[in-house]
Amino acid sequence: MSTAAATHDDHHDHHHAPTGLKRWLFSTNHKDIGTLYLWFSFAMFLVGGFMAMVIRAELLEPGMQFVDPEFFNQMTTVHGLVMVFGAVMPATVGLANWMIPLMIGAPDMALPRMNNWSFWILPFAFGILIFAVLMSAFGAGNPSAPNFGWTFYAPLSTKYGPASTDLFILSVHMMGISSIMGAINVVVTVFNMRAPGMTLMKMPLFVWTWLITAFLLIAVIPVLAGVVTMMLTDRHFGTSFFDAAGGGDPVLFQHVFWFFGHPEVYIMILPSFGIVSAIIPAFARKPLFGYASMVYATASIALLSFVVWAHHMFTVGMPLAGTLFFMYMTMLISVPTGVKVFNWVATMWRGSMTFELPMKWAIAFVILFTCGGLSGLMLAITPVDFQYHDTYFVVAHFHYVLVTGAIFSIFAAAYYWLPKWSGVMPSKLLGELHFWNSLISANLLFFPMHFVGLAGMPRRYADYALQFADYNFWISIGGFWFGLSQVIFLVVAVRCAMKKGEPAPAKPWEGAEGLEWEVPSPAPFHTFDTPPVVK
Amino acid sequence: MSENQPLSVEQRNKRTLKKLVIWAIAMFGFAFLMVPFYNVICDITGLNGKTSSTAATDAPAEVVEDRTVTVEFITQKGDGISGEFTSETKRVKVHPGEITLVHFYASNPTDSDMVTQSIPSVSPGIAARYLHKTQCFCFDQQTLAAGERKDMPMIFYLDPEIPSHINQFTLSYTIFDVTERVAGKNNSVAVN
Repeated sequence: MSTAAATHDDHHDHHHAPTGLKRWLFSTNHKDIGTLYLWFSFAMFLVGGFMAMVIRAELLEPGMQFVDPEFFNQMTTVHGLVMVFGAVMPATVGLANWMIPLMIGAPDMALPRMNNWSFWILPFAFGILIFAVLMSAFGAGNPSAPNFGWTFYAPLSTKYGPASTDLFILSVHMMGISSIMGAINVVVTVFNMRAPGMTLMKMPLFVWTWLITAFLLIAVIPVLAGVVTMMLTDRHFGTSFFDAAGGGDPVLFQHVFWFFGHPEVYIMILPSFGIVSAIIPAFARKPLFGYASMVYATASIALLSFVVWAHHMFTVGMPLAGTLFFMYMTMLISVPTGVKVFNWVATMWRGSMTFELPMKWAIAFVILFTCGGLSGLMLAITPVDFQYHDTYFVVAHFHYVLVTGAIFSIFAAAYYWLPKWSGVMPSKLLGELHFWNSLISANLLFFPMHFVGLAGMPRRYADYALQFADYNFWISIGGFWFGLSQVIFLVVAVRCAMKKGEPAPAKPWEGAEGLEWEVPSPAPFHTFDTPPVVK
Repeated sequence: MSENQPLSVEQRNKRTLKKLVIWAIAMFGFAFLMVPFYNVICDITGLNGKTSSTAATDAPAEVVEDRTVTVEFITQKGDGISGEFTSETKRVKVHPGEITLVHFYASNPTDSDMVTQSIPSVSPGIAARYLHKTQCFCFDQQTLAAGERKDMPMIFYLDPEIPSHINQFTLSYTIFDVTERVAGKNNSVAVN
């Protein structure tokens, strides 16, 4: 295969590739599959965002206006599932597909056929989940979609779950298989496909963070598969893993779920750390401060993420020693995270900074992610967690780390690498509009949630006490504004896909470093058929 | 370097793939391993407030006359229970080591026999370790005949070692109708 590919030159090879629908359905090319992942995740971002709009519309004013509480619960549940598994995770997998082979000088991902499969499972997985929502909204008799929250605690999801819980279980199984295959592909690629001279400690930090993310995925997604399998057998095959009547324990569900769930939050944020570590040095025109410490910090975060899960369940009635252990371990995570934030700031310190679009998003990430990290530290303190537990304070915390954290960094990555992907520079005007609107609206949307949360507004309710009305009005306005702002990005992305805009040079950013900038823009269909030499 | 032919990239990829697939399958198994692991840890530490499911056979070593601990009893009715489930005693003050008898009552107002299972839970959970039951209706499934009201005694004592910071705890029982579950099990046995 390698001899055949070597005799063809890139330009000719491109003409042999299938075109139209077949090109995308049967593609084994890492760039095509990366593109599919990215478009899919953006579509899911809009779908999940639409559900958030339904939630915010209902919460705009106290009392019930648009949907009944039952449907509201389905919206919060599916919004969470779609955003976590459909938007953030596939987006980072798409970035990995596009960038990892380019960054390590490999011709493609190691297992291209499996790569195709891991993407094409996803539309079906989410098709099943969204089918349940459509049935609930428009179907005869309006059977309920999953309504137990994205954390699907038993027995709410086992004994009291709607019939569509089985669709949910199937869907989660398929998402899991897709994630595991994607992760395996990343590990195999990074281990075996690096260009000569690309030692592990020379890899760009995005590759490092993704390698560690992939290990986390392989370790915990099977546990998620295990827990939904237990749900399935509890529901239909007479087992009692979580059913007290048969000798099971519902609290066990929370332990198994969060053993998956806590590493999962790092699965969503570690690739972001890698993205920001690529962008900040490029626009500060200085090498990344403390490269090795970044690698070790990422690995420590990953290891610690396995011993903090019970901080999600301080209120189940753990013994004092247990709560203390999980409290201290959780606080310990802020040390390696602090190392990272320090390194990013130190990279910018006395750099020749310019503020192109990717840099704007990256700086917003550093500040706002730290904000979310600090509220996380507050939540880690057991005695105060009893007050914050299941309030909007928690909602504010995880939206700061996931929206202004993970999603902002994904936008940073998109603006940074769109010239490489599409060959044209993303529109500056639209990009600025997108950034500033998103930045202001996201803070209007999420910051007041801290206040209503501290004042005692619980999450996952379709209504609230009257004293929260003013804050919720502004939160909803922020929500609609943020949602509409994302349409600007749709225009940016479509314009790039249609090659409308200023043509991009091979290296559009002056201070950018890395192998991806050595190939032309747009990156040709086949790159690095002959491995580059890494000094 | 070495005389052996180095592995090709494809071969190395396959080897890494195999290892990772095995690891993923092992982690799937690990999820199920967490179940017995959790139960053992709970047995040892009383983490989830479950009391022992077997009768204590040792007699208490001593009665600590100068300490009293308040034990409260709550009853809850699970799915399918329409009748009565109450404890005669709502709260009792006991000395650690003192053997105490309390009565619970359950009734079956329906026209058919009912098999029930009661599940104990102690709050705060840490007290569960120091609660020893020599006799309890929760050790076995209790069959309530149609229309029957059953007296279900429970005999317990507190470990004289019970830490001084536990002055009061609650023992809760939830009763479940497991008639269908039991019938299902018998059916499946019959089919086999």
